[in-house]
Amino acid sequence: MTSATPRLKLINVSKTFPGVQAVKSVSLEAYSQQILALVGENGAGKSTLMNIINGVVQPDSGSIMLDGVEVRIDSPRRAQSLGITMIHQELALIPELTVGQNMFLGREPSRGGWIDWNELYRQTQQVLDRLGIAISARAKIAELSIAEQQLVEIARALSYQARLIALDEPTSSLTDRETEILFRLVRQLRAEGVALIYISHRMEEIFALADRIAVMRDGELITAGPASEFTPQRVVQLMVGRELQPSASQPAQPRGEPILRATNLVAGKAVRGVSLTLHRGEIVGMAGLVGAGRTNVARLLFGADRLDQGEIWFEGKPVSIRSPRDAIRLGIGLVTEDRKAQGLFLKQSVRNNAGAGLLERLSRFGFVNFRALTQQVSDLTTRLRVRTPSLNQQVRNLSGGNQQKVIIARWLALQPKVLILDEPTRGVDVGAKADIHALIRELAAQGMAILMISSELPEILAVSDRILVMREGRITAELNRAEATQDRIMQAAVGQE
Amino acid sequence: MRSFPLSSDRFDRRTFGQRFGLALIFVLLMLALALLSDRFLTPANLTNILRQTAINGIISAGMTLVILTGGIDLSVGSVLALSVTIGAALMKQGWPVELSVLAALATGAGLGCINGVLITLARIPPFIATLGMLTMARGLTLMYTQGQPITGFPAAFRWLGAGDIAGIPVPIALMLLVFVAGGFLLYRTSFGMQIYLLGDNPTAARLTGVPVNRLTVLVYTISGFCAALAGLILIARLDSAQPTIGLGYELNAIAAVVVGGASFSGGEGGLVGTLLGALLIETLNNGLNLLNVSSLWEQVVKGVVIALALLLYRAIGSRNSR
Ligand SMILES: Nc1ncnc2c1ncn2[C@@H]1O[C@H](COP(=O)(O)OP(=O)(O)OP(=O)(O)O)[C@@H](O)[C@H]1O
Ligand SMILES: [Mg+2]
Repeated sequence: MTSATPRLKLINVSKTFPGVQAVKSVSLEAYSQQILALVGENGAGKSTLMNIINGVVQPDSGSIMLDGVEVRIDSPRRAQSLGITMIHQELALIPELTVGQNMFLGREPSRGGWIDWNELYRQTQQVLDRLGIAISARAKIAELSIAEQQLVEIARALSYQARLIALDEPTSSLTDRETEILFRLVRQLRAEGVALIYISHRMEEIFALADRIAVMRDGELITAGPASEFTPQRVVQLMVGRELQPSASQPAQPRGEPILRATNLVAGKAVRGVSLTLHRGEIVGMAGLVGAGRTNVARLLFGADRLDQGEIWFEGKPVSIRSPRDAIRLGIGLVTEDRKAQGLFLKQSVRNNAGAGLLERLSRFGFVNFRALTQQVSDLTTRLRVRTPSLNQQVRNLSGGNQQKVIIARWLALQPKVLILDEPTRGVDVGAKADIHALIRELAAQGMAILMISSELPEILAVSDRILVMREGRITAELNRAEATQDRIMQAAVGQE
Repeated sequence: MRSFPLSSDRFDRRTFGQRFGLALIFVLLMLALALLSDRFLTPANLTNILRQTAINGIISAGMTLVILTGGIDLSVGSVLALSVTIGAALMKQGWPVELSVLAALATGAGLGCINGVLITLARIPPFIATLGMLTMARGLTLMYTQGQPITGFPAAFRWLGAGDIAGIPVPIALMLLVFVAGGFLLYRTSFGMQIYLLGDNPTAARLTGVPVNRLTVLVYTISGFCAALAGLILIARLDSAQPTIGLGYELNAIAAVVVGGASFSGGEGGLVGTLLGALLIETLNNGLNLLNVSSLWEQVVKGVVIALALLLYRAIGSRNSR
C-alpha cells in the first residue's frame, strides 16, 4: 500500500543530551499521502526526533534520506528549503507582532527593497481564509487566545510549500471546533501529497487520522505499522510497557462544608455575573468553549485580574483578593493554562521551578532551608514521575509533559485548600494523565476543594463530582455527576437547550 | 562554607562554560601582561588593580541585582554624585564623619528607592525612570555645588580611601564585604532566589506569589546604596568631591555585569561573574597604562573586549543548545 520510496527515511538516528539519551538508534519512514502518528510517553523522545528532522537539533549519528536522497539538515532554514516544516509543541510566535508579520517573518514580500505591507497582509488573509480561520491578519498575536495562536502557527507552517509537515501536539490547546478545522486541514494536505507526522497523546485523534502508527518508548522506536494493526489499548500498552489501569470514574465523594463562595463576579465582557461555591473534598469541573470566560473566572478567584463587581467569601468570611499573593496566603492555588508564558521559569532549574512557591515558607530570617526544599521537591517530582536527569536540570530542557508536571508539583508543594487547575493535563501522556486524575481525586479525598477547567469532556466527566458549564461569561448549566453527559454539556456550552 | 546547592546555575554547562571561559581569558590576560611588562606582576601593582576595581566593583554588584530582575539602572553615576555631595557638604559643615557617611548612604538608598517606586507603582520602564533620575540627580548636584568641588575632608573619613584593615586596604575590604554579603543575599535567601524568578518570567513570578513590587523597589534601593558607598570611597581617596564625579560610571558597571555573563533579559548571571568582569576590565586598564598606551585607546580596547566576551557567550550558548 505504500509507494516505493518513502518521503522521509531515518536510519539509526541517535541523540544524547547531558544525562539523557533522548533518541536511541531510531529508524523510521514517513510516506507521502500518509499521516504517521508518533506516540509515546512524556520524555520518550518524540519532540527531539521531530527537532532533528526540522534542523533544530543535530543528531549524534545516523542519516536522513528525503525522497531517496541523503540530506544534512543543519538548521531550520535548511529544513524549510527542503520543504520540511514543523508546528512546535510550545508556541513560537512573537507576541508583539501581528499575525501577518509572524506569518512572513524573514520572507516578507517586498517591492523595490521595501516591505510591501499591503501585499503581506493580503497574502496572510488569503491563507487564513483558505483554511477557514476567522482571525484578522492585522491582529496582534498577544491579543489572541492560545487556541487562536495555535491556529496561526498551523497556518504559518502551511503557508510554506511543504513536502513534510510535523505537528507536535497541535491540538493540546484547541477545543473540539478548532480541532475539527485542523483535522480538515491535515486531511486536505494528505490528499495534496504531503507526508505528515502527527504527535498526540489523544488516542481518539490518532485513530481518527493516522494511516500508520509509530510508538516510542525511552528514546527507542518500539514498533511501527499500519494503523489497522493497532487498537488504542495496544498502543497504550506499547507506550508504557505495562498494562494500564483504566481511570475508572469513582463514586462521588460526600462533599464537605463550603470553603470558597463567589457571588455575581463581573469583569469586563469576559465574566458577566458568575456565582459559584466550592466545597472541601469536592471536584468541580468547568466546561465550555474557548473564550467562554472560564480562565477569566479562575484568574478572578486567584486575584490575578481585577474584579469590577462581586464578592468572594473564603471560609465563611468576605475576603478581598487583590493579588495572587493574597490568594496564596489564603490557601488558593492556580495552575495556569499557558505553562510557558505564565508558569515556567525556563532558565531556572527543575528544583527552583517546583520549589518557587516554597522559598518564603521554608525560610528563617530570609535564609532558605535548601535541604528541606530539595527534600520536598524531590518527593513530589518522584510522586509525579517527572522525568529529569537531576533536579538541577534547567526546566527548559524537559519535555513538554514533564514541564507540566513540574508546575503541578509547585502547587501541590504549597498544599492549598483550594486548587484551581486550568487545563491541567495539557500535553501530558495517557499514563501520566491517569496519574494526575488519581492525584486530583486523592487530594479531594484529603479535603482539598478543586476547580478543574478542561476542554476535554471525557476528562471533565471522569474526574468531576459536579460540573459547571460556561458560555459567554455566564454559567449556563450546573450538572451533578449522575446527570452529566457529553451531549448535555455541549448543549449548554454552545447554547441550544 | 558550604557550596550553594541551589544557586540556580550550578551544573549548568552554559554558565559553567561562561565562567570558565571568563576565568581563562582573565588568566591569559594576566600572563600576557606579565610577559609584556615586568612591573605588572608586582604585589603593589596587583593591590593597585584591586583598589581600582573596588569602585566599579561595588557599583556593579548592585547593578547585577538590577539586571538580574530584567531591569537597568542608568542613574548610578548621578546618584553617586548627589550622595557624596551631600555627605561632603555635611562634613564641611562640621557634622561628625559617621553621620555624614550615613546621610550619604541614605541618600543613595533613597534615590534608588524612588527609582523602584517609579518603576513599580508608576509603571515607568526602568530605562526611562532611571534615565530621568540620572538627569535629575546630576542637575541637583550641579545646582547645589554651583559647579565647585568640595575638598579637604577629616582624616577619619579619608581612612575609607587610604586606610587598611588588618593589612587589607579599606576599599578592597569593603568590596569583598559587599560581594560576600551580596552572595549570601542572592544565593541563600528567598529574596535572592526570587530575583532570579522575577527576571526569568515576571508574569509567572507574580502568579507564584513573588512580591514583585517590593522586590523591585528593594533591588533599586540596593543599587543606589552601592553607588553611594562606592562614591564615598572615591572621594575619600581623592580627598575631593567634584560635581562631575561618577559621570559615565553606569556604563562601566553595565559592562562589568555583561562581561560577567548576565543577560539583559534577566534571570541569568551572578555576582561571581560580575566580580570577574570588573576585575578583567580593570586589569586591562592597568595593563594598557603600564604599556603606555594612550588613554584614548583604552576606550576602544574596552569596547572590543566587551564585544568579544559577548561573542564568546553566544558561541558557548549555541553550541550547548545543539
Ligand atoms: N535540550 C535538551 N537538553 C537536555 N535534555 C533534553 C533536551 N531536550 C530534550 N531533552 C530530554 O530528552 C528527553 C526526550 O524529550 P522530548 O522532548 O523529545 O520528549 P517527548 O517525547 O516530546 O515528550 P512530551 O510528550 O512530554 O512532549 C527528555 O528526557 C528530555 O528531558
Ligand atoms: Mg514533546
